[in-house]
Amino acid sequence: MNPAVEIVIAALLVLGGAFSLVGSWGLARLPSLMTRLHGPTKATTLGVGACLIASMIYFPASGQAWSAHELLITIFLLLTAPISANMIAKAHLHRQGHRIDANPTDHIVSGLPAPPDGGDWATFQGAAAEPAKLPNLPRD
Amino acid sequence: MTGSILSWSLAFALACVSLAILLSLFRLMRGPTSADRILAVDTLTINVIALIVVFGVAEATTTYFESALLLAMVAFVATVAYCKFLLRGDIVE
Repeated sequence: MNPAVEIVIAALLVLGGAFSLVGSWGLARLPSLMTRLHGPTKATTLGVGACLIASMIYFPASGQAWSAHELLITIFLLLTAPISANMIAKAHLHRQGHRIDANPTDHIVSGLPAPPDGGDWATFQGAAAEPAKLPNLPRD
Repeated sequence: MTGSILSWSLAFALACVSLAILLSLFRLMRGPTSADRILAVDTLTINVIALIVVFGVAEATTTYFESALLLAMVAFVATVAYCKFLLRGDIVE
């Protein structure tokens, strides 16, 4: 294999591994869920993306057939990461009932600010109009 | 056989991703809220996808990439289903 291509693949693999590690380190280290959402949704997607680009370069460069899997995984992850982050944040806000976090070590004691035109945020208005059958789990 | 810089970077990436999996397992175990555990499972699956891809490059085979694709799809559906259950108390209404 061409040494320049090899160096590019190696750099992408190191970048991808480092970003995955930083994302999960943020997940383990940061104080509350709203801050913990930042690490995985940004860094890990970039980490997987770098690994997939490295693999996309490696297989044609080593004389094997090109496969569409890496491209499909990349597109799918980039499409779904914001949606799942939004869903997790929404579920968390509804479980906490307007408070951002119940964790006292968090230093974020205030709840959500009110919207500028009065009333309530749209996500809570929808929940008030149609009360949900909440699962019988212990409150967070 | 791959060159030494490539095998070194593959070992580094495998070690980093394995450590990332351990960190997300720690968050899955620790909690404290249900949303934290959902986020931890989501991150765990994304890290497993990265591990499968790096392993595929290390072994020079594309056999495992289909499982990575399936994991990407199933992880998204699982995350949305867990969140919907927390929000609504039901998944299919």
